[in-house]
Parts: sequence; structure tokens; C-alpha cells
Amino acid sequence: MSAVFDTNPATAAPIEGYRPVAPVVERDGATAVVDADHVYYRELNEAIQQLVADGVRDLTIRGVNGQRYIGNGLTETDLRIRIQGVPGQDLGMFLGGPVIDVDTNAQDGVGNTMESGEICVHGSAGDVVGYGMRGGRILIRGDAGYRVGIHMKQYQNQLPEVIIGGKARDFFGEYMAGGRLVLLDLNSQLAGPALGNYTGTGMHGGEIFVRGTVDACLCGREVGVVPATPEQLETIRPLVTRYCEAFGADADGIMSQTFTRIAPVSSRPYGNLYCSM
Amino acid sequence: MCGLVGICDTGGTRHSGEDVMRAMALQHDRGNGLGAGYAGHGIYPELPDHYALHLLFENRAALERTEAFIDAYYELERAEAIPTRRTDGIGKAPLLWRYFVQPNAKKLSDSGQREDDYVVYGVMHINTHFDGATVVSSGKNMGVFKGVGFPEEIGHFYRIEEYGAHTWVAHNRFPTNSQAWWGGAHPFSLLDFSLVHNGELSSYGINARYIKQFGYVCTLFTDTEVATYLFDLLVRRHGLSFEDACAALAPPLWSAIDAMEPAARERATLMRDIYGSAMLNGPFAIVLGTNSGMVAFNDRVKLRPLVAAVSGDLVAVGSEESSLLEVLNTPDYVWAPKAGEPVIARVGQPFDITTATLHTTAERSAA
Repeated sequence: MSAVFDTNPATAAPIEGYRPVAPVVERDGATAVVDADHVYYRELNEAIQQLVADGVRDLTIRGVNGQRYIGNGLTETDLRIRIQGVPGQDLGMFLGGPVIDVDTNAQDGVGNTMESGEICVHGSAGDVVGYGMRGGRILIRGDAGYRVGIHMKQYQNQLPEVIIGGKARDFFGEYMAGGRLVLLDLNSQLAGPALGNYTGTGMHGGEIFVRGTVDACLCGREVGVVPATPEQLETIRPLVTRYCEAFGADADGIMSQTFTRIAPVSSRPYGNLYCSM
Repeated sequence: MCGLVGICDTGGTRHSGEDVMRAMALQHDRGNGLGAGYAGHGIYPELPDHYALHLLFENRAALERTEAFIDAYYELERAEAIPTRRTDGIGKAPLLWRYFVQPNAKKLSDSGQREDDYVVYGVMHINTHFDGATVVSSGKNMGVFKGVGFPEEIGHFYRIEEYGAHTWVAHNRFPTNSQAWWGGAHPFSLLDFSLVHNGELSSYGINARYIKQFGYVCTLFTDTEVATYLFDLLVRRHGLSFEDACAALAPPLWSAIDAMEPAARERATLMRDIYGSAMLNGPFAIVLGTNSGMVAFNDRVKLRPLVAAVSGDLVAVGSEESSLLEVLNTPDYVWAPKAGEPVIARVGQPFDITTATLHTTAERSAA
């Protein structure tokens, strides 16, 4: 077989995805711009950590495409990171204070085990948003995938919150132990109901608010599905207001609509499973 | 973990393997260097009507026994070593050969088999009887190139950029339950189908027993092989559409079937009754490459990632959006397919975006 596409086998080198090189940085005082174009995540994240340690507090990362773990474990509460492009898995994992802004979509695992701070995604997000999250806030303008808020938990003043402008897929709030999920069903690419199946399956803490009504057959047997009272709804006003600031929407208009509240009917649903107490 | 990519040009234009390699290179970390591979459909336009048998031999004796079998049962048009080049990171490779063949007319007639069944029988015979010989692919105008290494390395080794295909599927392996060897890398292929898989098929035992009664023997020490043969059985032999085959392999849960309208419920129940043993259980994302296009689908509860994008005639699927953006210019659509909802691209037909339960751009701007 003759070659269809001309190449020179002697000189052609393997395709290179990411390059293990330090990114080009333009720095001006506390502001810096990092060019992440095809820079391997390890070198990229090392550069980010070094810049932050050196006092950078306004960081723009451009040319991002698929690099994992951006913002991993950063704790500076006065740090803002702007990401241009699609970040890779586990964006803002263990995040403890900074604000991360993504100008387009994000992949899976946004805010994995996040502690505090804010992640703001202007497009849609993949699966397992807020996995095991225990504080801070995630705002998604568009849709989210499967298993949003899985294993999310709260403790004393630590109350994690996720607000999604569009729709979400199955297992929303699966095994949720605390925190708050809000689903607005406004800016969706997806046809069909706001929520997928098995919402709140295994849920035993926290609460879910969904704009409009929810068919209870989409929800797990551990949760109750009832209209939110005005008092309950007031608790999400700050979150909805923050969402509207970030993405430009009318908070009063949204808050004037009816919401459904989904919450566990028991804090110990399996308390009697193995031995009655 | 594993990473996968499929790219299909529904207009039929053939593309160099460079794009699919670039998409795979961005998913480098989804594998661990213990397996990668590519399947190109439409790569042998000079001999489009011959079965292209891609073989892997672990020793010379296996090659000689297999060649004697091919000589006896097929008319050989051409035999050659698969072109490779020395590549850092790729260890000792087995002997890699390809044979362009037609069944021997008399032997075929004597066998009383259909031509394609005759070839499948030959593949199973080589895999089960000739120790050290493995048929990597056996379709017309297509071929699989795979081995132990990272996808960039395997692609470079096989000079993938020199081939042109309308449909490419590719895989980056992170083996968890079975050994890493050249024949165990993905894609797995039979006749014109090639298949890559991220996940694990916990139903492997029941699936393998089920297809054994139809003459398929699993010999490659890994679960994915069985899914390839199931597509051959359901689509080629039973004549199911790709939609129905996906509905048989990843059927709706009984609770969802109970909630269906009567006609749909009856049909879904029938499919589960007939193809219960074909059902793939466990987490998976699968991409099937064919000479007529590409099919991608997930397990029913989405336990493995799958993202799709459309850009003009190009339909691409993969484990991560970033790898698709690497090779598509400003896609018209990017979405995560719903669990169990197949993405089907057909060469010669524009992609039907309405199969994706998305709002069209016009609907969204009107909303």
C-alpha cells in the first residue's frame, strides 16, 4: 500500500499533546497572564503556585484546553483566576478561598472536595460537579451533567452551594449529606425535564431547590418533594442574586417564581436497616 | 479510566490519522502506556473489496501456520509486513502482517456458508487453534493498528498519519482487570466493525456464553472483545438497526419501561426478553467504528464520560471535550449524550442533531 498522505518517516516525530515546559508568563505587579497553550498540567500548575506565592492576585490563564487540577488546593482568599478555554478534570479541587472564573465549558469534577471560595463557569459543566464539596460556591450558567453534588456535606458554618442555570442529568444530589443545590432551568441546551431520574437518591442531609414543579417519580424514595415556602425560598436569595450578578439575569424575576424543595424525609434513613434502635 | 475518541466525516471525505492522534495525545493521562490503538475505515481504497486481515504473531511458527491456513482457504492478493517505524517507548513488537484476501471459491462453496460468515469462521479458527497468532482485524477497506504503548507512540509506530479514513476510532488504555498485551489493546474488530471501550463489562461471562452458541469464541483475555462480537451478531446477522442494537445492549431499566406508552413498552419488553443475555452490564462508554459511520453510547446510568461535537460534516465523540476541541474548529454543537442514547453518524447522511434531545440553536435563541 502506498502512503495516502505524504510524510517523511525518517524525520516525523510523534504527535505531541501537551509539552512539559514552563508556560510563558507576562507579569505586571500583582497581575499576571499565563499562556497555557499545550503546556502540561504539572508545569502549568507549578507556575500558577509559584506566581501566587510571589504575590500575584489577579491571574489570567489563556489557551487552556483540558489541563487538569487548575487551582488545586490554593487558599488565598484575595486571589482571582480567570480561565480562558476549557479546563480539564477536577477544576478547583480542594479550593480553599480563591475565585475561579471560566469563560466557557468545564469538564468533569468541578470543585471536587472544595472547601471555600467560588467557581463560576460561563458555559456548561460535566459530571460530578461539587463531588464531596464541603464549603464555597459553584455557579454554572448552562447545564450540568450527572451526579451533581454527590456526597456533598456541611458542618457548622461550612455550607456548600451549587447553582445551575440550565438543567441537570440523573442522580442530582445523590448521597447528599448537606449543603444546597439550586437548579434554575433557564439557559439550557437540553430538551426535556429540568432534572433527570434518581434525584436525591440516598440523600440524608441538605436541600435542593428547583424552579418550577418536579415530578416526584424522578426522585429517590429518601426525599420529600414539596413546593418551597416563602421562608425557605428566602434562604437561596443571596445565591440567586450572586448568580444574576455573575451572568446578568433578573434576580427578582427569578425569585418571584415558584420553586420546589427536595429534602430528605429522615436524617437517618437506614437507621433501622440492620438493627432497630 | 481509559480515553477514547471517534471521528466520522459524514460527507465521506477521508482524513489523515493525524487529527485523531492529536485528539488522543490530549488524553495521554487517561491511559498508562499499557495499550493504545486506532481503527481506520476507508483506508484501503486500492483494494476495497478484499478482506484485509491484520495479524499479530508472537513467533515465526505462528506466522507459518497461519499463512498455510490462509493459502489453503483464501485467494491471497497481497501479503506484506505492516509498515512501522522505530519509536521510543515501544518495546519489542510482535510480528505484524497484513493479508488482502478473498475466500477460496471452492472452499467457500463447499462450506455452504455466507462469505462473511466464512471469514468470521476463519478468524475464530486462527485465534483458537494457532497459538501465538491473533487476528487484529478482518474487514474490507479498514484496519486496526494497536499495541502496548501510549497513543502518540502507537500512532507514530504504525505511521497512522499516512492513512486516510472517513471514520477513525481510537483508544488509550488503562488496564484494570486484565493483562496488557498487544492483542488486548483496543480497538477490537471483526469484519467491518471496530470497537473501543472505557469501563468494564461485569456481564462478560453471560455475554460470552451467549455468543458462544452462535460460534464466537472469546480468546483475547479481556471483556471488550465480547461487545464487538455482539454487534456483529445483532447488526450483521440478526439485521437490527444500530439504534435497536444499542437498545438491546443498553436497554432502559424496567422502571423506565413501565413508564412508557403501551407500544413502546411492548417493544422494549420484547427486546429485553430476546436479548437479555446480550445486555451489557457495568460502567461503559463505547464507540463503534464501521464502514458506514460511527456509533457511540453509554451505560444506562452514565458511569463513564462521553462528549460529542458536530462541526459541519464532522461528528466527533470522546472522553473529554478538550480533545474534541483540539481537532474541530468552533463546533456547531457540543453536548454530553444522555446515558443509553446513542450518537449515530452515517457516511452519506448529514448528522441528525434531533436524535440528541437538544434544543436547536434557533429554538434556544427564540427562547
